Amino acid sequence: MSTLDQLAQSELATGENRASAIADATHRAHVRRRLLLTTPALIVLFCAASGPLLIMLIYSFLSAGDYGGVEWTLSWDGWANVFMQRDIFDGTLSIADAHVSILWRSVKLSLLTTFTALVFGFPTAYFIATRPPRTRNLWLFLITIPFWTNLLIRTFAIMEVIRNQGVINTILKSLELIDEPIQMLFTDFAIMIGMTYVYLPLMVLPIYASMEKLDFRLVEAGYDLYATRFRVLRRIILPLVKPGVVAGSILVFIPSLGAYVTPRLLGGGKNMMLGNLIELQFGQGRNWPLGAALSFSLLIIVMAALLIYVRGVGKPESGHD
Amino acid sequence: MGMGGMSTRKDSPAAVEANGVSKIFGDGSDKVVALDDVSVTIKQNEFFTLLGPSGCGKTTLLRLIAGFDHPNNGNILLEGDDISGLPPYQRQVNTVFQNYALFPHMTVAGNIAFGLEMLDKPRNEIDATVANMLKLVRMEELRDRQTSQISGGQQQRVALARALAPHPKVLLLDEPLSALDLKLRKEMQIELKRLQNETGITFIFVTHDQEEALTMSDRIAVMSNGNILQIGSPREIYDHPAERFVANFIGETNFLTADLVLAKNKAGKIKLSSGKTIAATLPDNHAANGKVTAVVRPEHARIVKPGTSAALEGRLDNIVYFGTDTHYHVKLGAEGDFIVRMQNSRDDAGKFAAGSKVGIAIDSNAAQVLRD
Repeated sequence: MSTLDQLAQSELATGENRASAIADATHRAHVRRRLLLTTPALIVLFCAASGPLLIMLIYSFLSAGDYGGVEWTLSWDGWANVFMQRDIFDGTLSIADAHVSILWRSVKLSLLTTFTALVFGFPTAYFIATRPPRTRNLWLFLITIPFWTNLLIRTFAIMEVIRNQGVINTILKSLELIDEPIQMLFTDFAIMIGMTYVYLPLMVLPIYASMEKLDFRLVEAGYDLYATRFRVLRRIILPLVKPGVVAGSILVFIPSLGAYVTPRLLGGGKNMMLGNLIELQFGQGRNWPLGAALSFSLLIIVMAALLIYVRGVGKPESGHD
Repeated sequence: MGMGGMSTRKDSPAAVEANGVSKIFGDGSDKVVALDDVSVTIKQNEFFTLLGPSGCGKTTLLRLIAGFDHPNNGNILLEGDDISGLPPYQRQVNTVFQNYALFPHMTVAGNIAFGLEMLDKPRNEIDATVANMLKLVRMEELRDRQTSQISGGQQQRVALARALAPHPKVLLLDEPLSALDLKLRKEMQIELKRLQNETGITFIFVTHDQEEALTMSDRIAVMSNGNILQIGSPREIYDHPAERFVANFIGETNFLTADLVLAKNKAGKIKLSSGKTIAATLPDNHAANGKVTAVVRPEHARIVKPGTSAALEGRLDNIVYFGTDTHYHVKLGAEGDFIVRMQNSRDDAGKFAAGSKVGIAIDSNAAQVLRD
């Protein structure tokens, strides 16, 4: 009994010190455990992402080998060839028109894809968010179904729909609305439709996540204060779900810019995008330094676009969170 | 403002008139009749309260007036014009929501200005009105704050200012004080009365708190199960409840079974189970002679010595001391408990002992016969 009493006494006396000591020790243990837990992920990240990036960066400053690969001699040709080309006969430098037009097509189609995905994705997210909670999960499930199918198969399915003897042209023809099939496959339009289809869920899901948190009583308050439907959308709903719109746009824009499979199949090889151009350098082009430099150019464009977007659109939102 | 029908203003029509309004949610077996053929007339400049337990239809009626829902039957007039088919943004009616529903992405001033902006008022007029409103609710210093940075009571004031700024014909308040603590709620009750006086706007106030209803309202409509049971001034509702539900819901009360022996308009005489006959007030269309239920408020009766002045007699079961007053629980036998509330004075301590036989004297005209 008496030892227990003593223990209780000393514990009372040093209680506060002990409490903070215990808290410190627990905290340190937590930090250690967290580091330990993240180590495998960090290793994978370094080996699979940072490592290859570093190799690519090095390659972009070397000269091309005759049969692919690189020669270990320092050269600026990779970077110079991103926008310039050297004439085979007289060796003069001029702007690489093909590269510029591919870059322009990539940016244009990615922006268009983002915009189209937003136009279709926003109402979809709104629709799902306004369903009763039970049916919401069903709709979300339906939205994610395309993810289950292989990208190639989905892209071939689109080809089947838009090709000259495809579903759309056959129907239009049988309705006698057109005489000649409309050329949709192997155009920029086809690439954009394909990318919109593939990346639409990436737009819908973040917007839905924001929309689900939206207090629809605010919408009622807007109507109550004489705001018409359009004004409620513009003044209340849009500002409140903006984080979701920003996230969705980024998630669609970035993979669109580097898309490879969709433009390759739906663009038919002549309507190239950056991804295809890069692939070309590592394949038939046998110009790895140029491919590496192009990859880094893509990375720079994405980062710049992100920076502009987050600065311009995302800033006012962060003020009051 | 293009609100329609401004010129056809009849001589001082009712602020709001609901005629035979029904609202049914769902269908089939899930059908819920939220409002069952409800009619009510709310006068101009009135502080009108819809009082009832949750699920009684009071909020539904408010939402029908606001335009968030539309009635299945009946119509709603705003100053004589039928607004049943109009969307909320075409009704000159504003709402203070239960959770305030302030726009989190706007400042205090931005919230108050919103309604005026949607009415496309000129900027200088908006600024002037916002400044006035901030002054009215005493929030001038907080005009540029975000709504998340102010307290619950302050949010309440902003919600009021936002709803009052467009100067609606009627202000709807959906249990606006329920989220506040007791002290703040008392303050806001007084504040609301002040605002109503200063603005002269008709207030329709929804609450389940009977005390709130009694202290603030000009008139109260007591609702239950989608029906309005009784409409009257707080005093009428409290002193002369017409139905058992009303008597039960508002304040404490004692129920007595009695025989109606004389009925003359609203005055009558009832014979209690003790054999004594007392005067009683009758409801508007009461039943004929025979068995009735009468109610007596605890503070309208006194504990006396058994004898001639006692209308009822019983055994004093329990004495509960409350400081300002004392509650006496008297067992009446078959009829159960009768509670008497008496104000304490300095010299009546220990006058009656628990377990002793006592009489209950009932104040003249304190008994009210119910309609049931």
